[in-house]
Amino acid sequence: MRRYLSVAVGPALFVVGAVVVALLPRFMGEFRLLEFTFVAIYVIALLGLNILTGYSGQISLGHGALVGVGAYVAALLSLGRPGLELYQLDPPSWIPLGDGMRPVFTIPIAALVTGVIGFLIGIPALRLGGVSLALATLALAVSFPILMKRFSEVTGGGGGLNLNLPETPFGWDISTRHWLYYEAWVTAGILFLAAWLLVRGRIGRAWRAIRDGEVAATSSGVNPALYKTFAFGVSSAYAGAAGALFAIETAYVNPDTFPVSLSILLLASAVIGGLGSLAGALFGALLFEFLPIYSQEPPIFSFHFAEQAPSVVFGVFLIVIMLLLPGGVAGLFRALAGAVRTGRFRRRSDTSELA
Amino acid sequence: MAVPARLPRIDLSVGPVLRSLLLGVGFIVGAVAVLVLLGLVLTQTETAFSWSGYAQQIVSGLSQGAIFASLALALVLIYRTTDVLNFAQGEMATFTTFIAWSLMHHMSYWPAFALTLVIAFIGGAAIERIVIRPVEHRPEIVIVIVTIGLLIALNGLSGWIWNPEVKAFDSPFSNGTTEIAGVVISYQELGVLVVCLATVVLLWAFFRFTTLGLVMRAVANSQDASRLVGVRVGWMLALGWGLAAVLGAVAGMMAAPSQFLDPNLMLVILIYSFAAAVLGGIDSPIGAVAGGLILGVLINILGTYVDFIGGELRLPAALVVLLIVLLIRPQGLFGHKVVRRV
Repeated sequence: MRRYLSVAVGPALFVVGAVVVALLPRFMGEFRLLEFTFVAIYVIALLGLNILTGYSGQISLGHGALVGVGAYVAALLSLGRPGLELYQLDPPSWIPLGDGMRPVFTIPIAALVTGVIGFLIGIPALRLGGVSLALATLALAVSFPILMKRFSEVTGGGGGLNLNLPETPFGWDISTRHWLYYEAWVTAGILFLAAWLLVRGRIGRAWRAIRDGEVAATSSGVNPALYKTFAFGVSSAYAGAAGALFAIETAYVNPDTFPVSLSILLLASAVIGGLGSLAGALFGALLFEFLPIYSQEPPIFSFHFAEQAPSVVFGVFLIVIMLLLPGGVAGLFRALAGAVRTGRFRRRSDTSELA
Repeated sequence: MAVPARLPRIDLSVGPVLRSLLLGVGFIVGAVAVLVLLGLVLTQTETAFSWSGYAQQIVSGLSQGAIFASLALALVLIYRTTDVLNFAQGEMATFTTFIAWSLMHHMSYWPAFALTLVIAFIGGAAIERIVIRPVEHRPEIVIVIVTIGLLIALNGLSGWIWNPEVKAFDSPFSNGTTEIAGVVISYQELGVLVVCLATVVLLWAFFRFTTLGLVMRAVANSQDASRLVGVRVGWMLALGWGLAAVLGAVAGMMAAPSQFLDPNLMLVILIYSFAAAVLGGIDSPIGAVAGGLILGVLINILGTYVDFIGGELRLPAALVVLLIVLLIRPQGLFGHKVVRRV
């Protein structure tokens, strides 16, 4: 009986979460709604990062750049050639841009394109392996804004590109912000389920085997090169989807929207939220959105900290979590649940690599 | 566990000093030959090519490269002792450069310079003791994440304390130029080159000729064996971090006058230094220095003579070159192949 219960906990929590997300807009204004739309976008990005770092054990400091790739793909596709002509941009004719499309359709395309790019980056990065991968992805994060500014005939350069806010389809009686909120959360929900199916199956088992010992995994018949590159591709596709939603939501893309700090803070949030746990992506996303706001203006004390305060808090959090609680926030909850069940508090994380 | 593979080479049985001397001379001769060849190619392709202009670019490149080399050496130093790439190295350097900036309001340049180095040393050792020590025996990925945490925190802290506005940083060298064999060289670039290389040579002498240096090399070689013969390994690691921080501080103070001081001063330089260290072979100090100098010259020549790259695409271009080198020679130019024992 107890076993069936513990199997049911995950789906039950997912349903509860979905209901909360569906009802939340009734209790908040447009601004809060915007914040929670961004939470959904960060959930998607962090799911991708968690697949890469938490499950397959590879570090990426370049996910901000991949989110940027997704955002630019979505922006370019939804504007299309006619839209870009208004900016007097003249992209080379070999780029299949089309005549502009509904923003929502750009999400899967952006995911696919970013996924393929990530896969291609993954191949040489694999050869570097381990820490060099972190370095290569960091280099990607630093190069991305430079590249976007340099190839301004396609990207609009430092001025960026403005998009039109989409209108609510099907004649639904909700505002555009509400539509975007649901669009982001439905995408996040679908991608959450997809990630869950991936990591609990054969592929996820292979990833964890590689993470916990590449040699042992190889001798059990797992091809590390294949699975690691695949993880990079999947993870990039998630980042691309997040980027597309980001572009649609803000209706604006600009090289400096995707600085190095975005990539670094994404990794920090993924770690603090909890590596090797899909729920960790949710905690990480909440943290990513709200920590900067509340660490600058704490809710109880009437301080006003400098705008650098969030970085300091993030950095210190990251170190403390690594020292004391390798499973992150998700690990803490799991340990608490375990303590309730067994009466013993164990600080272990699911990621035995990290413990 | 990783152990260096035995080199499948014929032992020429010359002493280690002579061998490194030969290697160094060979490297310099090779580099000069490559540069002359490249110059000859450029005389054909570039319409407005002048040898003195070319030489000037090389000197600027060496000067920039010396900064990369210092920071790359710091990375290698920590990599060899703690077995981890320190992502916070650049931010540590920026932070100490800010300290130097504050000190220079109260004293003249060189005392402030020296005092900064002392502070950097203590700070670096303290970071190892307080932050790195507790995760020492945890997997690599954990230590890397901790150094990334340090990066974020230090970046925020330096912006918080000194505010993120761009600051001018004094230079000890005069603004003039001198002419050597028709090549115009600024004192600024020459000074940076001399200071960085002098630091590197001093460090090399420390490791080569002092007992403490010998002990530190022993720790880098095998921590267990060193512990068995009574070395206090923990303190040696802290010393390594301290020395790395000193190198970083030198790089930061040399970079700040031309790049201007702000919290992100060392970010791009850190990536070049990573690239330099990996190019030279991540476990090779000589490789790090050579890698830094090569990279500095390379980006200057590429940026000047290849129009497509220009000023903006230097970093991506450098990384592409790095990638190509690594695909041909994964262990880097001077690194050792690593075999894994299961």
